[in-house]
Amino acid sequence: SINCEATVNEAKSEGRTDLIPSIKLRHCCLLRNQRCLTAYLYDRLLRIRALRWEYGSVLPANVRFQMCAEELQWFSQYKKSLAIFMRSLGGGEGLDITQDMKPPKSLYIEVRCLKDHGEFEIDDGTVILLKKNSQHFLPRWKCEQLIRQGVLEHVMS
Amino acid sequence: MNMQSYFPVPPGVGMEENFLSLDDILLSHERLPVRSDCAFPRLGFLEKSADTQDIAEGTKMELPLWLTKGLYEKKRKVVSVELPKVYREGWRTVFNADPNVVDLHKMGPYYYSLGSQLLHFDSPENPDIAQTLLQTFIGRFRRTMDSSQNAYNEDTSAVVERLDSLEKGASCLM
Repeated sequence: SINCEATVNEAKSEGRTDLIPSIKLRHCCLLRNQRCLTAYLYDRLLRIRALRWEYGSVLPANVRFQMCAEELQWFSQYKKSLAIFMRSLGGGEGLDITQDMKPPKSLYIEVRCLKDHGEFEIDDGTVILLKKNSQHFLPRWKCEQLIRQGVLEHVMS
Repeated sequence: MNMQSYFPVPPGVGMEENFLSLDDILLSHERLPVRSDCAFPRLGFLEKSADTQDIAEGTKMELPLWLTKGLYEKKRKVVSVELPKVYREGWRTVFNADPNVVDLHKMGPYYYSLGSQLLHFDSPENPDIAQTLLQTFIGRFRRTMDSSQNAYNEDTSAVVERLDSLEKGASCLM
């Protein structure tokens, strides 16, 4: 089979220009592998970025387990950039743009609890016990992240 | 998990590929009938049909698009690309007569994209190929769009089955 370095040297030192098509073909294969790997890694980053928007800033352990060190570092830097950006909005007051990604139809929503999640405090100080299968009428913005995490389910009538 | 925030790299437009697009990587995996116009020494092991050390000049092979594009040179004869059946005059006549008749998923599924990529290989039929691709898309566009608007009323799976991958993306039926 073609040992590339030896062939390249032979082509150069012995003027074997007839070997060039084969060298070029092998080069195409190397470029192809490089392209596939790069596109794969880049697609992973796009999915990891989407996780910040879909899931929140703390990733579950089973997802973190699938990520390499560089990806974890990238996620941490991305969420920091996003946090800095969000704090700068609204004249310095800050705005969480990861909430209300679709225009909300109402301020309060009916939710059902899909798993036990313990106590949950809402803005007026009331504490709700999120027990599996319990239903509650809660402010939308408080629930959004728990809905995305699969703890609560929006009950549509 | 809902992944509405995931925006993959889209395929390139026309004759361009996007380097990072997974769709374009899949597209460039498609094979083309090709003839070698020079010898490829020591690569005989790639050609399973013959048992030679070298690939001889004039060997007919089916090479993936990525390799064909990489080897092809306008000025020098390295490889010659034959037109796959679907892009030849016979089929072009069928497309020109009635573009809606054809099952593009079976004929492709990358009929438009691969056809656009073929234009890289300087066939004298390029202007006709380009024209047929365009007219076929225009001819079919109305029907695929009509179906996607009426998705609630009809079983659209029969229509979707016969669409090329570009049409599927455009009609949002999937």
